[in-house]
Amino acid sequence: MSMVDGPKVSAGAESARLGADASSVRTTAKGTRTQRLRDRWNDLTRPQQWLWLIVVVVLAYLLPVLNIPILTTAPGNDWPLACFSMASFALIAVGLNIVVGYAGLLDLGYVAFFAVGSYTSAMLTSPDSPFLHIPYLWTIPVAMAVAMFFGVVLGIPTLRLRGDYLAIVTLGFGEIVRILATIIPAMKGQVGFQNVGRPPGVAADGIPIFANSNGTPWYWLTLTVILIVLLLVGNLERSRVGRAWVAIREDEDAAEIMGVPTFKYKVWAFAIGAAVGGLSGSLFAGQVGFVNNQKFDVQSSILFLAAVVLGGAGNKVGAVLGGALVAYIPLRFTAIADYKYLIFGIALVVIMIFRSKGLLPARQRLLAYGHQAYRRIVGKSDPLSQPPGALPPSVDPGAAVTR
Amino acid sequence: MLELLLRPAMENDWISFDVPSLIQNFWSATFDGLTFGAIYGLVALGYTLVYGVLNLINFAHSEVFITGCYAVVLVLSSLGFGPSAPTMSVGLIILSLILALVAAMIVSAIVAYLLERVAYRPLRRRNAPRLVFLITAIGASFTIQYTIYLVRGANPEPAITMFRTSPIFDVFGTLITDQQILIVVAAVITMIATDQFIRRSRTGRGIRAVAQDPDTATLMGVNRDRIIVITFVVGGIVAGVGALFYVMLVPSGVQYSGGFVLGVKAFAAAVLGGIGNVRGALLGGLLLGVIGNYGQILLGNSQWTDVVAFVILVLVLLVKPTGILGTSLGRSKA
Repeated sequence: MSMVDGPKVSAGAESARLGADASSVRTTAKGTRTQRLRDRWNDLTRPQQWLWLIVVVVLAYLLPVLNIPILTTAPGNDWPLACFSMASFALIAVGLNIVVGYAGLLDLGYVAFFAVGSYTSAMLTSPDSPFLHIPYLWTIPVAMAVAMFFGVVLGIPTLRLRGDYLAIVTLGFGEIVRILATIIPAMKGQVGFQNVGRPPGVAADGIPIFANSNGTPWYWLTLTVILIVLLLVGNLERSRVGRAWVAIREDEDAAEIMGVPTFKYKVWAFAIGAAVGGLSGSLFAGQVGFVNNQKFDVQSSILFLAAVVLGGAGNKVGAVLGGALVAYIPLRFTAIADYKYLIFGIALVVIMIFRSKGLLPARQRLLAYGHQAYRRIVGKSDPLSQPPGALPPSVDPGAAVTR
Repeated sequence: MLELLLRPAMENDWISFDVPSLIQNFWSATFDGLTFGAIYGLVALGYTLVYGVLNLINFAHSEVFITGCYAVVLVLSSLGFGPSAPTMSVGLIILSLILALVAAMIVSAIVAYLLERVAYRPLRRRNAPRLVFLITAIGASFTIQYTIYLVRGANPEPAITMFRTSPIFDVFGTLITDQQILIVVAAVITMIATDQFIRRSRTGRGIRAVAQDPDTATLMGVNRDRIIVITFVVGGIVAGVGALFYVMLVPSGVQYSGGFVLGVKAFAAAVLGGIGNVRGALLGGLLLGVIGNYGQILLGNSQWTDVVAFVILVLVLLVKPTGILGTSLGRSKA
């Protein structure tokens, strides 16, 4: 058995190596540096990767404290608050990336879920609201659940539509949520909800740790949430669900024929994306401490989408980078405030023309077998626990799932 | 528990149906809706044409439209038009309006042309994924908006009244003004002209060929890039016509960011009628205008217009996922 299968696998590995060479030749003109960086990253062993990740995470946690002179947005904008804003956008981008990047569903109304999360937190904690009041931290899971519920309610009728029809329907949904927030008296329109709750804890001088003006603890909280979400999403991505999403994105009809219940997984993508949107909305409401109908317009949805595509749709690390950049650029360049959106627009066009797959493009990879399979296919010797024939012969790199 | 949660939301009636008011204002709502809907239809045409040929939501089309509005406002204000009705002779007014129309058509067409050349063609050369086109469109939209912002500032332009509107006749007790008739008739004529252009002319045949199958069309000797540019330019010209009538109907408040919301609704109109379908654009526009108006009167708040419009759009798409008329540009008969 393994005698027969062994050569097949190595032949596959050979062709994969050739393929990898060919692709690196093709990309020599542009992106060689990221390519090389990525190859080097993939050549590292798992513990080495973790070590590097820990360094990056520690640096990320130190970001608001370090206040690096070139990066900082001060004096125009408070740097820790800018960090929070970047983290918040990054979280949104991670959530939207599930819908747009993995499942390939074009969602132009993502801000609606963000709004639902914000309003849930505000209405359950603000003294202005007649509702039941619960501690702020409890509103976070509630906000996620409510946003998820809205995701399912929107998804079930609309996810039977394809592509651009879905785009316009979600766009409409985003507008409807905003307008309803204006019309329904209980949502208080432009007056909004003040004094939204915050996590408990008071510093020595009697000021709450999570004060609205103090971005650092909020940034740390959001960063922690991002890391947890990234871990969960990473697992999801490598699971049956993640493979189903990629199959739907690449060819919905083919996926359906191969037995993927496309509708079910599309609703799941929508619901999970919505939950992450609600989560970020809840954090946003807590930090700002005030929620009204002014922040949830179509333009925000479009900025979120821009963040995902800018970072590289389908790549969760890219989504974090894209989200952070989209928040950072306007905050950094306040000195040229009048020009910042012009620059942003031109930058979007230029980046899309010259790096049309985003800053960190998603890339072909074997989702099911992960790191070890990758190393075997590119021919790196890795002490594998399985015998050589353990990989099913059907795992042909040519049929590798793209991502 | 659930009751405790929901009761505060239910306490005050946030939704009420004012049926008598709708019956009373039915015809005026219909005619106002048709007038506005005609303008939606003109803008929707640009979306639908580009979508038919490229399968692309041209998000920057709203900016093509708003630059046309600026052209109208600037030409007319330099000709002496202002917030109050002009005192010049009728012939002079007509001449000025034609001048403004031509200016708007040219400016919109140029913007549409530049958009295609600078933002979209490089992407086509690189075979970029479709989502990237959308983001580029958004980037281009930002760029155009804020270029206008830098040139003309954030404040809305002063109002331009083109002529004193007067009622011509009344239908079911509702006065219809010359302005309403002019707008609807002109919009329908523009639509018919565009439709005929696409159905009968040689270039129109090229547009349909590219919409149907770009590769085969190229093999048959159709210059694809040229056809795409022409499609953008035609969309721009029609948007310029829409711009003149928009300023005629809503004289004040032309603003750098003003195109976006109208653009979204025009796109919704295009989808409602069946995107990629020229006649569908007009039908969708008129329907969206009328239904939005009914909803506004029935529910008693102008904010409801958009909610009603989008809910109707969703309902129609659920029943008929390709819009009302449904056929694509490529499959329309010669």
